[in-house]
Amino acid sequence: MESIKTSKQLLNELLEKHYAEAFLAKERGDLVAWCTSISPQELLTASGIYALYPENHAAAIGARKKSEELIQYAEGKGYSSDICSYARVNLAYMEVLDSEAGNIPKPDLIFCCNNICNTVIKWYENIAKELGIPMILFDMPFNHEYEVNGQNVKYIKRQLLEAIENLETITGKKFDYDRFGEVMKISRETSVWWKEASLQARRKPSPLNGFDLFNYMATIVCARGTIEGRDLFKLWHDELKEKGEKGLGPWKDQEEKYRVMWDGIACWPYLGDTYKVLKKYGVNMVTSTYPDSWYIVYDENDLEGMARAYSSNYVNRNLDFGVDNITKIVLDFELDGIIYHSNRSCKFMDFRQFEVQRKVAERTGIPSVIFDGDQTDPRAFSLAQYETRVQALVEMMEKRKQEDRG
Amino acid sequence: MDRVSELLQELKTIARNPRKSIETTLKNSGKKGVGCFPVYAPEELIYAADAIPIGMWGGPTKGNLSDRYLQTFCCSVMKANTEQALLKQYDLLSAVIMTTFCDTLKCVMENWKAASPQLKIIPIVYPQNRKASSGIEFFKEELMRVKGELEEILKCSVEDHRIQESIDLYDRYRRAMGRFVKEMNNFPITFDAVTRHLVIKASYFMDKKDYLQKVEELLGILQNRSPESSSGKKKVILSGLMSEPEELLHLFDENGFQVVADDLAHESRQFRESGPEEGDWQTRMAQRVAQQDGCAFLYDQEKTRGAGLLRMKEYYKADAVVLIQMKFCDPEEFDYPILKEELASERVPLLYLEIEQQMDSLEQLRTRIQSFSEMLA
Repeated sequence: MESIKTSKQLLNELLEKHYAEAFLAKERGDLVAWCTSISPQELLTASGIYALYPENHAAAIGARKKSEELIQYAEGKGYSSDICSYARVNLAYMEVLDSEAGNIPKPDLIFCCNNICNTVIKWYENIAKELGIPMILFDMPFNHEYEVNGQNVKYIKRQLLEAIENLETITGKKFDYDRFGEVMKISRETSVWWKEASLQARRKPSPLNGFDLFNYMATIVCARGTIEGRDLFKLWHDELKEKGEKGLGPWKDQEEKYRVMWDGIACWPYLGDTYKVLKKYGVNMVTSTYPDSWYIVYDENDLEGMARAYSSNYVNRNLDFGVDNITKIVLDFELDGIIYHSNRSCKFMDFRQFEVQRKVAERTGIPSVIFDGDQTDPRAFSLAQYETRVQALVEMMEKRKQEDRG
Repeated sequence: MDRVSELLQELKTIARNPRKSIETTLKNSGKKGVGCFPVYAPEELIYAADAIPIGMWGGPTKGNLSDRYLQTFCCSVMKANTEQALLKQYDLLSAVIMTTFCDTLKCVMENWKAASPQLKIIPIVYPQNRKASSGIEFFKEELMRVKGELEEILKCSVEDHRIQESIDLYDRYRRAMGRFVKEMNNFPITFDAVTRHLVIKASYFMDKKDYLQKVEELLGILQNRSPESSSGKKKVILSGLMSEPEELLHLFDENGFQVVADDLAHESRQFRESGPEEGDWQTRMAQRVAQQDGCAFLYDQEKTRGAGLLRMKEYYKADAVVLIQMKFCDPEEFDYPILKEELASERVPLLYLEIEQQMDSLEQLRTRIQSFSEMLA
């Protein structure tokens, strides 16, 4: 009898399969695209193009502590140590094509969406230029108004249509609208299960150890449009729900004392270290801004809805939206504190952080700290500074708890 | 003092004293001022609304008020602008057009809404898919929105023919500047690196019509003059965001360089592309942006900047290219490795200088520029 697998086992299998299939696709002569993490992959799958995600790959290289050599290679080529470290890792990998952390095949197409930053335009422009391959750019204007306005939606919808034409030219095949509809449906379902799973952390104690969001993130990025992905996130949801209903917290050996949110990307090379410091003080990172990032929900065959959903990513929204978003998270998840990662790689996330921190503190009264780090450059993080900040946060959270207890 | 010296002195003084110059321009013209963030702004619309577009490209600030909003690894131009906004230096402007060409600009706009609520901010998004019909249509709508906001803030109504006239004026200015920067090369002593920069910079603080008049007058005189000898000077092309602080350019003058052309966002990229002469005003403005290539801030799948620099090198018979890298300017930083390879493959000497707009010491740069000069000799 086949044993029932946990979502964690499936997660690893799925990731391995994802990379193995990419090589098989390449061998078969199928086209492979390198894509940004929140891009309309539905179009690629419908076109029979295999999608790979350099951000995922760079994060994995970082987590396996193999990023520094690639970073140094990129810097040797002239890339400044001040630019995004995912970009440095990937632009080096593009040439080296070998990492002990795992490999991905070279792309035939670049698929870029600037709803996460404008940096990806420059990064992907360079790949396209160096490899002499086509690039499709989805330009999603920064939403300086609170809502995503109709003008932006119209522009993005037109770009989706232009991309379909481009894909037809690139593949030499008619675009498969039926397949497109199916992928849209699956992607939506996967997004919903991803969000629903993460919402289980609202329970007290949270059945979710939030660092798992970082572990599962790679899969929501690469398997959003697949049945296996959808089933994985449903299973993860069911496991968390069951655990939550039994009143079980994140850890077997320890109680959840404080509930915090992590703002920003993980420090991949120090994932274990950053986690252990929090656990040492009974701090559970119950959520982050990630759950909403891949909650890309729109009706099947609704290109306008699709345009709006992809443009709605929180980093592409204005500061008032960012403040409301975190405030809501604080209330929904009954948080005690917030940890802001001032990520040397991500100016787009960083340069609003101070004002967001002040405004969220004003609204919610909960304490927070900012620490300096980087998503994949191990040189830009100090564990000692991180721990000192966490200690300070714990002291503030404890003081507040005592005041509440009167 | 001859007329050329007189005009140059006047323009240099304007460029060196932005605040005073802006006050004078606004007072003399009786018009309102509208600030324009880097890299590009719809100046033609502002001008047609009977206001003066004012360039906002940082400055020599010293304070640390901006630290409240921006981390240390933010570009010095945006830190300087934020510092000046917090000091209420921009309160003389009726509105500020803020742009989103890079991630830092987007964040700075959001911070300003919170930090300087007294300023009237008009955001504008230039499309990155600017050549595709989706991008052109988007930009036309964006221009209409910005026009509407300008009309509301400036309490005026901007008629189409006024915008057409304004575009005509701007295209005349752009063409004149194209001739002017070429003409300067015949006068390497008069137009040393510092003067060349300041004369171009002055346009950011003046009524374009008045500026154009002075440029045309200068051109008229220079075209009838015998050229100055440039013997012994090493000809360079400057590329990058901008060439400030001014002391940096003194180093080029001290070391016998002649700036024969530039590919700076702050200078030639502003005027090297004129738009079509026909069509409605929205199309004319959108097409101009669509045509502009070789700029780090505008999506360019072919990445033609290197090819453009090579063409410039050939045309101006330059000895070398100098890339002036504003520290923490991501878009420019991403272009460098590609440019480096392209220039190296054609054996074009390249000097890479990393700068900040406010620098305590330029000694390191002095050494590098000296050595580069010796290497070229």
